[in-house]
Amino acid sequence: MALAYQATRGCRALWLDSAVPEKNNSSLARTKGTPTSVPPILEAHQLTKRFGDFDAVKGIDLSIDRGESFGFLGPNGAGKTSTMRMISAVSRPSSGTLRIFGLDPTTSGPEIRARLGVVPQEDTLELELSVRKNLEMFARYFDLPRRVARERASELLAFAQLSEREHDKVDNLSGGMKRRLTIARALINRPDLLILDEPTTGLDPQARHLLWERLYRLKRDGVTLIITTHYMDEAEQLCDRLVVMDHGTIVAEGAPRALIERHSTREVLELRFSVDDHAQFDNLFSDVAERVEVLPDRILLYVDHGDAALQKVHDLGLTPTSALVRRSSLEDVFLRLTGRTLVE
Amino acid sequence: MEPRISPAQGWSRGRRSWWYHASFYTQTWRGSAASTILFPFLYLTSLGVGVGHLVQRHTGLVQGQTYLHYIAPSLLATTAMTMGESESLWPVLASVKWLKTYHAAVATPLSPVDVLVGKLSWVTTKTFATSVIYTVAISLFGATRSWWALTLPFIGALVALAFSAPLVAYAAGAESDASFTTIYRFAFIPMFLFSATFFPIASYPRVLRPLVQLFPLYHGVALARAAAFGQGSLPAISVHLAVLVAMVLVGLWWGRRTMTRRLVD
Ligand SMILES: Nc1ncnc2c1ncn2[C@@H]1O[C@H](COP(=O)(O)OP(=O)(O)OP(=O)(O)O)[C@@H](O)[C@H]1O
Ligand SMILES: [Mg+2]
Repeated sequence: MALAYQATRGCRALWLDSAVPEKNNSSLARTKGTPTSVPPILEAHQLTKRFGDFDAVKGIDLSIDRGESFGFLGPNGAGKTSTMRMISAVSRPSSGTLRIFGLDPTTSGPEIRARLGVVPQEDTLELELSVRKNLEMFARYFDLPRRVARERASELLAFAQLSEREHDKVDNLSGGMKRRLTIARALINRPDLLILDEPTTGLDPQARHLLWERLYRLKRDGVTLIITTHYMDEAEQLCDRLVVMDHGTIVAEGAPRALIERHSTREVLELRFSVDDHAQFDNLFSDVAERVEVLPDRILLYVDHGDAALQKVHDLGLTPTSALVRRSSLEDVFLRLTGRTLVE
Repeated sequence: MEPRISPAQGWSRGRRSWWYHASFYTQTWRGSAASTILFPFLYLTSLGVGVGHLVQRHTGLVQGQTYLHYIAPSLLATTAMTMGESESLWPVLASVKWLKTYHAAVATPLSPVDVLVGKLSWVTTKTFATSVIYTVAISLFGATRSWWALTLPFIGALVALAFSAPLVAYAAGAESDASFTTIYRFAFIPMFLFSATFFPIASYPRVLRPLVQLFPLYHGVALARAAAFGQGSLPAISVHLAVLVAMVLVGLWWGRRTMTRRLVD
């Protein structure tokens, strides 16, 4: 088992070096479908986290393959961070089994963490120190020699587009820059598995897209990513496979498109009327749509053909103030499965 | 927490945390080293020579010493306490709660105990180095009379650790810094003033003397004085040492609990 991991660790060394021409990463390609040859990078069975008498994570099962981008999508309080902290080999599971790189985190924590990169929900940077020092000093936690630390810091500063700010105090960076620095710091040990807890929450769209682009690169270079988010577009963009979490349990699992196909219709017609409460429209559309969701500010009609449905709405003699036809998204999957919207 | 790790590996991780704290200090000290060197000279000149002159006129020698020589060892002990204390409350709460940099540390091969060991060993190193400077300074003022004075840096480091260990433990479990100022005002200032620092215990009212002996700093000051003058009985010295070592051990045990609860539960 250990040998299989070592084989791929050799290739990783190249993934940050932009001077080296694109390396053939086929050996790092997803191994789904051939689960017998390579064991999963992470496996959890009935994983539970209890705080006092409150269960934040209620017995979840996971199996994540090497090279995969795996997402946790869920609203506030779903238990995403609690799960991330357990699979980072930091917080101890209350019950259930967990194997990371085939190792048990309760007995092999340091070995596991030596091969992980962790981007916590909150940036945990040294605000008083320079951007570069944050990377170099963190490198020492992994016992990297000073020279290696300096070299990797330079590489990662370029990767995070922070080379120009390397001598600035972290305190003076923007939120997006701090986030990129946190990601760069998580890569200092060239991890096999990168765990990101809400990497882009609180960033403006431009900063988010820049971050996504950086994460794509890592993914392309074969790094296994585990990402939590409550942005459905982020989950759709970045994840090969994801689980929808709610109240500490997994309510659905699959590839983003597959989940949408399984749990929603092809299109959604969103209607708004000039009324205070849309609840009065509750029963009106049962002939128009397969499924109707009435939200406080709008009505969602789940249909295969949005335009045809809108025509039917007009035929009913109704005139919405706005009507929008769009493709179904993970947001709709979530609404379907939990009866709630992701972002309140 | 990680039974399969050999002691050597655990030691290596503690060293990495020590190194982190040390390099954090060298990144942020901003001239505090200069004031560390100047302070004992200013202090001994103003209090020792100035106040000492008055004391000399009114009461003569204090326990057989000039006033300057009497207070010089206590300067070393109180400085060690202050250093141990200042490194341990706000900086630790910042690391576990405000900046959460200790959370970042335990996401690496380090465990909470490694972070604790690194922190405390750094405080010890730093106070040891400062105590060397202070030992030189008080020797220049002629306040050391014995080769035992060579143990002063170790005493300084022990005093700092005796305060630092329980305070780090406390701060690691604290939810806010509201209590810190209270601790400072009602524990440290009185301890600083009334640990037989500036006047001998014999000059306290008889009923208060046992109270003074409850102050940990009293034992640090007494040890420093015994070392500087090369005097003191073995039983008394053993008691002083035992009190300080006990504080270290309690602090380690408690700190292991609060750090673990805070960082990995
Ligand atoms: N240390 C703790 N002690 C007690 N309860 C906790 C602790 N950490 C988390 N919880 C609770 O566990 C639940 C799940 O929290 P968690 O942080 O895992 O959610 P999340 O999905 O990451 O949410 P968010 O999107 O807001 O980050 C919440 O109800 C939270 O209050
Ligand atoms: Mg969270």
